[in-house]
Amino acid sequence: MKAALAVETDVALEIRPAVAADVPLVIALDEEVTGLAKPDYWQDTFERFGARQRGERFFLVAERQGRVEGFVIGEIRAWEFGSPPCGWIFAIQVRPKSRLKGVATQLFDAICDCFRKVGVVNIRTMAARDDITILSFFRSQGMMAGPFFELEATLE
Amino acid sequence: MKLQKATCFALFAVLELAADPARQLAAAEIADKYGISQHHLAKVLRYLGRTGIVESARGIGGGYRFTGNSKRLTLMDVIELFEPIEPTHRRGEELRPTTDVGRALRVVLNEVDEQALATFRSITISTMLKIVSLRPWAANIRERQSSAESRRSEARHR
Repeated sequence: MKAALAVETDVALEIRPAVAADVPLVIALDEEVTGLAKPDYWQDTFERFGARQRGERFFLVAERQGRVEGFVIGEIRAWEFGSPPCGWIFAIQVRPKSRLKGVATQLFDAICDCFRKVGVVNIRTMAARDDITILSFFRSQGMMAGPFFELEATLE
Repeated sequence: MKLQKATCFALFAVLELAADPARQLAAAEIADKYGISQHHLAKVLRYLGRTGIVESARGIGGGYRFTGNSKRLTLMDVIELFEPIEPTHRRGEELRPTTDVGRALRVVLNEVDEQALATFRSITISTMLKIVSLRPWAANIRERQSSAESRRSEARHR
């Protein structure tokens, strides 16, 4: 699988499934981006999406010279509120100093390839309305508003 | 949501020019293509020129060319030059905001506004050009590009 996922467009950057040794690097990258360390969350996410992949869950990292430059996580979800099987991308992050160099695009392309290989033709994500950076990125990849609304409420 | 005429003209011009930043186009050429007033478009282009999004070249063969950054310039950046885009809560008294119904209407209209604003803010000119080229109605553009590529390929093999 590792060879199949390798992206050749940048010889110095390898896109591959995450391994246990990547988790501390992912935690550090996320802390660098968000300012908040979440070791338990990332360890649990790796257990569910990296270590116990069932062909429908994907945790990929972009590595350059031993350093994790970014990662993407997604899974196939089916029949939630009638939605046919769909590739959900629920996390994508790139080290700030490595942005605007196509890393996120390669991660996005790689996870889309994973979805395609299992026959999924639609992808979906969710982003904060005021996070223009991530919204612009997904739109630049061809994503547009889909047929579902995200609704929420505060419980009293 | 309805955009004002000048805003639409600006978007037509920016997208037309940004599709090929090396190309200069006269206001008349753009006006002809979109069936719009050349006089009105010229005014819009002059304003876009003052903002640095386009640049004008005078004389024979003159016209306008795109000088902005298509990967950074958003639809919102262009729209805001020509009309105020404000959430409902900043608008006047027509919703009667002192009444419960008025306040409730304002909440719903704000939701609509926020979606629209986020959409305009997150779509760059570069992304917009991708949407134009990927959609079925752009099939003729793809055909032209394909024909041009075939001609170039034939020329290379001659």
